[in-house]
Amino acid sequence: MKKNDLQICNESRRAFMLGFGAGSLLLAFGLPSLTLAATKADAKKQYGGEGAEHGLRDDPHLFVEIAPDGTVTVVCIRSEMGQGVRTSVAMVVADELGADWSRVKVRQAPGDEVRYGNQDTDGSRSLRESFAALRRAGAAARVMLEQAAAAQWGVDVQQVKAGIHEVADTKSRRTLGFGELAAKAAALPAPDPATLKLKSPNEFRYIGKDKTGLIDGHDIVTGRAHYGIDTRLDSMLYAVIARPPVYGDKLASFDGSAAEKMPGVVKVLEVPFTPPPSGFQPLGGVAVIAENSWMAIKAREQLKLNWTSGPNANYDSVAYRAQLETANRKPGLVARNDGNIEQASNNAAKRVTADYYIPHLAHATMEPPCAVANFADNKCEVWACTQAPQEIRNELVKALSIPDANITVNVTLLGGGFGRKSKPDYVVEAALLSRATGKPVKVLWTREDDIVNDYFHAVSAEHLEASLDGSGKVTGWLHRTAAPSIQSTFMPDVAHEQPFELSQGMIDLPFAVPNVRIENPAVEAHTRIGWFRSVYNIPHAFGVQSFVAELAHTVGRDHRDFLLELIGPDRQFQPSSQIEFTNYGEDPALYPIDTKRLKRVIETVTSAANWGRTLPKGRGLGLAAHNSFVTYTAVACEVEVSPDGKLSIPRVDIGIDCGPQVNPERVRSQLEGAVIMGIGLALHGEITFKNGHAEQSNFNDFLVLRMNEAPREIHVHLVGADDHSLPMGGVGEPGLPPVAPALTNAIFAATGQRIRSLPIRQQLAKAKQVA
Amino acid sequence: MLTLSINGHEHQFDGPPEMPLLWYLRDTLGYTGTKFGCGMALCGACTVHLNGAAVRSCITPVVAAVGKQVTTIEGLSANGDHPVQRAWMSLNVAQCGYCQAGQIMQAASLLKSNPHPSDAEIDTAMSGNICRCGTYTRIRAAIKLAAGEGGVA
Repeated sequence: MKKNDLQICNESRRAFMLGFGAGSLLLAFGLPSLTLAATKADAKKQYGGEGAEHGLRDDPHLFVEIAPDGTVTVVCIRSEMGQGVRTSVAMVVADELGADWSRVKVRQAPGDEVRYGNQDTDGSRSLRESFAALRRAGAAARVMLEQAAAAQWGVDVQQVKAGIHEVADTKSRRTLGFGELAAKAAALPAPDPATLKLKSPNEFRYIGKDKTGLIDGHDIVTGRAHYGIDTRLDSMLYAVIARPPVYGDKLASFDGSAAEKMPGVVKVLEVPFTPPPSGFQPLGGVAVIAENSWMAIKAREQLKLNWTSGPNANYDSVAYRAQLETANRKPGLVARNDGNIEQASNNAAKRVTADYYIPHLAHATMEPPCAVANFADNKCEVWACTQAPQEIRNELVKALSIPDANITVNVTLLGGGFGRKSKPDYVVEAALLSRATGKPVKVLWTREDDIVNDYFHAVSAEHLEASLDGSGKVTGWLHRTAAPSIQSTFMPDVAHEQPFELSQGMIDLPFAVPNVRIENPAVEAHTRIGWFRSVYNIPHAFGVQSFVAELAHTVGRDHRDFLLELIGPDRQFQPSSQIEFTNYGEDPALYPIDTKRLKRVIETVTSAANWGRTLPKGRGLGLAAHNSFVTYTAVACEVEVSPDGKLSIPRVDIGIDCGPQVNPERVRSQLEGAVIMGIGLALHGEITFKNGHAEQSNFNDFLVLRMNEAPREIHVHLVGADDHSLPMGGVGEPGLPPVAPALTNAIFAATGQRIRSLPIRQQLAKAKQVA
Repeated sequence: MLTLSINGHEHQFDGPPEMPLLWYLRDTLGYTGTKFGCGMALCGACTVHLNGAAVRSCITPVVAAVGKQVTTIEGLSANGDHPVQRAWMSLNVAQCGYCQAGQIMQAASLLKSNPHPSDAEIDTAMSGNICRCGTYTRIRAAIKLAAGEGGVA
């Protein structure tokens, strides 16, 4: 793969899709278009929200509506999937505006990035990238209310001041409520953002406070919250689809006559096949459309289907693992090269090598993918649980050949996202079926559909080699990673991980080691690969943080002390790498890697966990730390392993430094969730492939964590949460990567058993049998 | 024709009696608070009450509900003021919220039969309900809070 190909794939998924667009051009016009696109992208050099496609908006007319009764409605352009963004966005706007929280509502914006700016909800960046713009929108609305009041009273605007939900004349003390001023204020032009005076953090009433209830909390506990699967339209039909058993298999023939005769079945239809790389377009197959979901599900069982095997018919995850590990035996593409790794190795007093492995994972959002579409008069309106409403527009334009202006995308709540719902293949399916039937159609994915046809988290093999001097200090560090790239889902012949993938816990290695080499051998993908919460940080952090614990043990050092020394002196840096360090789309000058902040979260969690104390037999404390999404996290995990190999987790401490926080209560909940998900994937998470298809299909064989296995206590430590001198970091994802290695390090501390391959569960059972 | 009592209202059902209650509630009647998660009684998202006891509606045929009181999340209380719902609100239990109707119905059923469950009893009763966002520690705390305030409505 050429360097230009790598450069177009920036950190943010949006920039990544820009790269995909360039790839499409490549097919039509040849290489020059691609080179041009890459050059143009480089010339921009914008970061954060400004660097995302369609950028940021701060116009109050877009985001703030005030009704005559004073109700303030904040328009939320990001998708709610449990991270609390609808509450947090409203808190920011309400705080700058001076709104009384009890009179604030939220309205979900339709998907329209030309109007609203970037709407992707991914990359742990909703608040990080839009905090300042949301504040400006709220502050601008406040100024407009003040201007409207001054005009009504015929006084200088300097004389009036907005308070809580009202504007006061500072001389006469008369007041006007926001509702009374709304119509006049809304008619005013928005003030120049440069003239706005934002509140100082000590004036905040909601931002950074812990007391705000979920804005959707009541709807959720009463069953009124509306998810994608809950949309019901008049005369709507219900569809399920029999998709290819293997990614790339194509329908050869089918007999739908038995299905069509089933009660309630309206139609049996072929869904067009998209050959790999299928991107966000449907896989194809046969749809059964019926009067309700159950009739469709039952009738689908009656389909007779014949498939032509595609290029992935022999995909076998056991053989693939061996292939990845073999690839890691030889040098690969050099992503970072500090000093001289060979010399360090030659001069080493001790050399340590270890290999780690994480299998494919499925997202398994509790709400499976689901969408409703209504195609009529060459227009298409959809209702979808989506993290990427603009991608829906883009894909519908391609699939339906209708203009973008004819598309309406309504965004519902998401019953979980984790990256799965950034991929709108299911929405395109609904639109195609609505067009074919002339009726509104809901496409339901059953759990089996969801797990078997996921955009799987990449399987990954990590090879680490360290050179140590006579004093036990690490002098050389080699890390090779072999994994299929997400880019393979969008472009043919992708052999290497992309810069944004290798920037996740590889080339941003924060250790004070003079000789470092990061390599990525070439491998091919054989299934649909996609973003999964925290993405390539999961395997990279598992490898790095397990290996550090192994090195500490090898040289007889305390793991915590060894890790802190390895991170080394306080410093801020950006790695010098052979490929672009994408830094999660953020400006490296504003967001350098800061070792002091990383060490501080380690010190916080180890202190809280009382690191170093003597533990009873069978108990162990494990530690791991990681920097991702321009945030710093550390986990101290305590485990107990019974003599018969039964694992329990009495306590987990997780610390985060993500800079200042809008909604600490939701930061806590995100980290509690990251701990649960991280333990779940470490204990059980595994999708295997045989003869091309996934061998798991529901929660009986793709296991996720249940309450009886959850830690008894999770303690979340917010480090530096009120320090507004720091830039805001990500929250949704960075909690996850250190959880699995902290757990396996704790198991080692408790039992002496080192787990280098996930999932854990069978290995503890096996160890028991051996013993 | 089958007669069903759902949230205190009578409904006439003329479809196939083996149809799972889940789909009758969601697709026909519009009680969408009851969620689909797995279709095999593995996740608990579809939990409703039959005569006050938690069942998985995805594997409960409509005919099995005849002559019994079916309660969905929409019928658990008039205004979301069941002690379990209040505890859930008070502790901000939900993340995405999708599984929470099932969790709440399971918890309400637990507290009805066991007003002061131990930690182990809570784990046993609730381990059939999956939360992919990972709200388990808050669910435990909310059940205890509801129990302390008289969990039986």
